[in-house]
Amino acid sequence: MTRHKQNNTGKFLTNDLQWKRISIVRALFKHKLSCIGLIIIMILLFMAIFSPFLAPHDPNEQNLYHVLEPPSWDHLLGTDDVGRDLLSRIIYGSRVSLSVGILSTLFSGGIGILLGLIAGYRGGIIDMIIMRITDTFMCIPGFVLLLVMAAAIGPGLLNIIIVVSVLGWTGFARITRGQVLQIRELPYIEAAAACGASGFRIMFRHLLPNSAAPLIVTASLSIGSAIMLESGAAFFGLSIQPPTPSWGKALRIGYSYLEIVPLFSIAPGLMITLAVLAFNFLGDGLRDILDPQFRGEIQRNK
Amino acid sequence: MLLNVKHLSTHFISSKGVLKAVDDISFSINKGEILALVGESGSGKSVTALSLLRLIPNPPGKITGGEIVFENRDLLKLNPEDMRQVRGNRIAMIFQEPMTSLHPILSIEEQVMEPLIHHKGIQRTKALNACYQLLEKVHISDPPIRGKSYPHMLSGGMKQRSMIAMALSCNPSLIIADEPTTALDVTIQAQLLELLKDLTNEMGTSMLLITHDLGIVARYAHIVHVMYAGKIVEKASIETLYSYPRHPYTMALMASIPRIDQDCRKKLTPVQGNPPDLFNIPKGCAFHPRCPKKQEKCMEETPKLIPLANNHETACWIYE
Repeated sequence: MTRHKQNNTGKFLTNDLQWKRISIVRALFKHKLSCIGLIIIMILLFMAIFSPFLAPHDPNEQNLYHVLEPPSWDHLLGTDDVGRDLLSRIIYGSRVSLSVGILSTLFSGGIGILLGLIAGYRGGIIDMIIMRITDTFMCIPGFVLLLVMAAAIGPGLLNIIIVVSVLGWTGFARITRGQVLQIRELPYIEAAAACGASGFRIMFRHLLPNSAAPLIVTASLSIGSAIMLESGAAFFGLSIQPPTPSWGKALRIGYSYLEIVPLFSIAPGLMITLAVLAFNFLGDGLRDILDPQFRGEIQRNK
Repeated sequence: MLLNVKHLSTHFISSKGVLKAVDDISFSINKGEILALVGESGSGKSVTALSLLRLIPNPPGKITGGEIVFENRDLLKLNPEDMRQVRGNRIAMIFQEPMTSLHPILSIEEQVMEPLIHHKGIQRTKALNACYQLLEKVHISDPPIRGKSYPHMLSGGMKQRSMIAMALSCNPSLIIADEPTTALDVTIQAQLLELLKDLTNEMGTSMLLITHDLGIVARYAHIVHVMYAGKIVEKASIETLYSYPRHPYTMALMASIPRIDQDCRKKLTPVQGNPPDLFNIPKGCAFHPRCPKKQEKCMEETPKLIPLANNHETACWIYE
């Protein structure tokens, strides 16, 4: 036994950690849909991070001699109505969409999970108050709030993030609460309390990790819907303002020239679809993978 | 005296009325002593255990009265923060279902280490070493390997061993074992109880053993309290209880145990009748509807514990 302590402790630790990480990533790649989603997401992230290096032109450089051009070697997707390179604008546009998706999901997830945990764990009157607030927030129509915000503080990216967070946390809160209610009664939570764990510790160390699976799925889907909302808002001019490139904005302008250069609106539309689809695929895949039964199968196949 | 429980009552309030799960019980445990609490399902054993740790879900449950003096402090008067320092640290609990009492997505060592880091403020690396020693102590082979496993990878016996390791980790002065071996097979039961007995002996820990298995009681406990419908009806050392059971309920229980020298064609002798509905406890002595020796008085007045010889006490009117 001492032999193991001396020789193998370190080795086993790293092996185990590696194994844990590999198994989830491997499972994601084994699952066809999520594999596709993951690859698209990685490409999008790559695009967003390295856009200055990938874009062939400055996205804001206008050239009024080359307006609404069809694809050429110099402009692979053609140019827009003021002669900017469409490909570059689409590459830069990924920054807006992804940051809205990820940031707003982080905020809404943070608020929702925290409130859901408290509601589910504390129960009673606190639960009732939090859940009634949740119900109230669910009654707010998203687009109207967006319009109000735009009127109040002017259109911009911040609005979108606020609106998505303010409306999106309810889903997280309800799912978290449901999970917590289910897990709270299990003996290991009682055992944790009997070991002297504090309420805070029980919530974050015991309840949260055990209800993580559906939350991860929700987060992934929520990124997709945030991207959609941003595109929609941009279409109506409520999101980030020109000249910052954005897919929704490009879609809106391209729409006016649909008959002359269809690619102008098709390309950003396709990007929006791809991005949303990718996050939805990933969400679906994660749901399957985080399901204990499916996980068991993967382990057995190994 | 390590633990002195005086007139403890725990009631559950529901729309059907008040359920007196534990009704005015008193008992005490000395250092190093193993006290067994026996009784049928629903007699209030587990509620007693949870009351000691103040883990009764409230609402609907509530400790309505009494005192729990543990290491010279009344646990019922402690503030929640101090109470938390008692749980797991001074009083540890072993639950009846090792399968579900372990956190499913933390490794065993992580869980055994947790109380050490949490209560004793020991560093992670040191705690890990202590954890391996504990696992070795409860006879888990190759702690560095087994410690990395998750609960679903271990057998029931191993899980219960890990639970014992966890309970012992902070060197508590009292361990509450709530039917620690119910979910395990007989050989593992014996091994585990032997282990618990040795370890508690070695560390001078007292134990409150909750069980309905009179065989376990006879072998491992020093003192037995028999519970019925939320009350303690008989207190005795095991030698006395097994040779001279005095309460009719205890007698009926003893008679119901199949004997190895008994003619196997003979039917078992059950305790007549059903356990009482706790919302509707019979007036007088709760056992009277099932009692073969009942008198007029039993239906009217609730008997108190009456002292007999050899620290033996029983709550029955026939010894009045």
